[in-house]
Amino acid sequence: MAFTQRFIEVDGCRINLRRGGSGEPLLYLHGANGAPAVMPFMEKLAERFDVLVPEHPGFGASDEPEWLENMHDLAYFYLDVLQSLELRGVHLVGSSLGGWLALEMAVRDASRVKSLVLIGPAGISAPGAKPGDIFLWSPEELARNLFFDPALADRMLAQPMTPEFLDVSLKNRHTVARLGWEPRMHDPFLHKWLRRVDVPVKIIWGEADKILPVAYASEFKRLMPRAEVEIIPRCGHLPQAEKPNEFCDIVTRFAGKG
Amino acid sequence: MEVVLFHLMPYADLDLKAGREHGTVWVNLPNSNFDPVKGHKLYNRYLDELEYGEELGFDAIAVNEHHQTAYGLMPSPIVTASALARRTQRAKIAILGSALPLREHPLMVAEEHAMIDVITGGRLISGFVRGIGAEYHTFGVNPTFSHDRFHEAHDLIVRAWTEPGPFSFQGRHYNVQYVNLWPRPYQKPHPPIWIPSQGSKETIDWAAHPDRRYTYLQTFSPANVVQRYLKMYRDTCASFGYEAEDRQLGWAVPVYIAETDELARREAKLHFEAFRNVFLKMPVEMLLPPGYTSRESLKNVMKAKAAIFGDITLEKSIELGLIICGSPATARRALESYWKDMRFGNLLVLCQFGTLPADLTRRNMELFAREVMPAVKSMASNVIPASGTATATLSS
Repeated sequence: MAFTQRFIEVDGCRINLRRGGSGEPLLYLHGANGAPAVMPFMEKLAERFDVLVPEHPGFGASDEPEWLENMHDLAYFYLDVLQSLELRGVHLVGSSLGGWLALEMAVRDASRVKSLVLIGPAGISAPGAKPGDIFLWSPEELARNLFFDPALADRMLAQPMTPEFLDVSLKNRHTVARLGWEPRMHDPFLHKWLRRVDVPVKIIWGEADKILPVAYASEFKRLMPRAEVEIIPRCGHLPQAEKPNEFCDIVTRFAGKG
Repeated sequence: MEVVLFHLMPYADLDLKAGREHGTVWVNLPNSNFDPVKGHKLYNRYLDELEYGEELGFDAIAVNEHHQTAYGLMPSPIVTASALARRTQRAKIAILGSALPLREHPLMVAEEHAMIDVITGGRLISGFVRGIGAEYHTFGVNPTFSHDRFHEAHDLIVRAWTEPGPFSFQGRHYNVQYVNLWPRPYQKPHPPIWIPSQGSKETIDWAAHPDRRYTYLQTFSPANVVQRYLKMYRDTCASFGYEAEDRQLGWAVPVYIAETDELARREAKLHFEAFRNVFLKMPVEMLLPPGYTSRESLKNVMKAKAAIFGDITLEKSIELGLIICGSPATARRALESYWKDMRFGNLLVLCQFGTLPADLTRRNMELFAREVMPAVKSMASNVIPASGTATATLSS
């Protein structure tokens, strides 16, 4: 399934948007590592959906607007993106920081949203759960802690560090810090508003997630009792990358219902 | 030339093996490694050393701020400066500096510094820093707002010191309805402000600005780096249309003096190498969190990673000018040579570093004060053409 790539401008901010497939619109909201390329899970989802993969402001090839100071800014921006692209009935699929973003959008305005799929989402704190410190880990520790399968970490670490790749990594890291340094990767007030999310929610968690341990899934379930939770065994923080077939089956079963 | 005795107050009783094995003594070295009974002795020893500095004729004695680390036991320089305020009569007391972005409210800094200035009858030198990268990890303060918070806190403090209160202050990070400082500082218009830095263009541009003309201190860097940044400061002043005075420039450097070069090296070696290779050591992710420096600077540091983060010997450090170490004659010669190249008007000497024990620290201070300091103090009176090319080299 071919993806097109173009820049769109919303609120004076240019962002890089990849889009492919047809069907109901599915907006993939990436996490801290950005979305620098079309991944196999995107291709697979594009068989059933109109898949939109933007790079957030402050990430990848997108602009770095001065107004971007916190997740609220980003949530309002993406609500404007939905409006600007005249999207309705959108499935929001967000990973980690992107899952947090999907929740911040949905508590504000879910009128254009049909469902939420949250993959190891950040956004809340969970009593007793100890998240990993992505800012203190070395690149090697970060890669090792991202995946259950060490071969995937090896592959990630074997990527050559080109100057362009380094620039993008530093840019992404800067934006992640700006949005999530303190309070660390969550909004202490978000939990109060999660009850406002009145569209179907699926939460997917890698059982061996070392960034946000699976205990967070229970806290989300407590806060959003109607949400469906699916735990994927032998899987780390990125089920969409580590178990793409299983992940896509879950999304398709959940979001493709009708 | 003003000569300042600077202290870091390290936890010199640190189990070096534990520190080395942990990889850093910052942020997350468990505080079970700190023994309060030993700490009690160290604090009192170090404060005695600073007080002795006044007796030995130093122009100023200086403290600084570091958090949750064995590198320095002064999370509040206000506490140490206050302790010194009533035990000294003549020497200036320099706080180098207060880490503005880490403080919840800059008005507290304005108040505390003003108190010390008033108590000492105008002996305070204020210093402002951003805190080092590691401290953004410990405190959770967002490093991508570090520069913003620093500048805004600075503006609020200087206005609080100089403008009649009450007035209100609206900022992005700090909002105060009534700024109305009691006490106002003793010195007019306010205590001198010094800016210690590891070297950054942004800091130099800001400190050298004609509205500020703050004294810029280059800390713990190889001499050629110190020279580069001090020159950058002078050039920046020139680009602003004025000539920098020597008093606007300072160099902070560890010093160890003994009767002979050989003895000095032998006595300093373990303690200095502990300072460089254990107390200062941290991974790049800890030192430079995102946003703490520009991404260009961060890339430069990553390129020079091995040079910055690898171990270094005393001998190599002497060669690089990371320490002045040797006999009084060697130290005089070295400092004179560096001074000719750099023309700093303030020399800050660290006479205790790492694990250096009390007896060696005292003898070091005494030898420096008696045998080296007079020559250093007289350097400013020598007339050297400002445009003279620096050719002197160190051959100790």
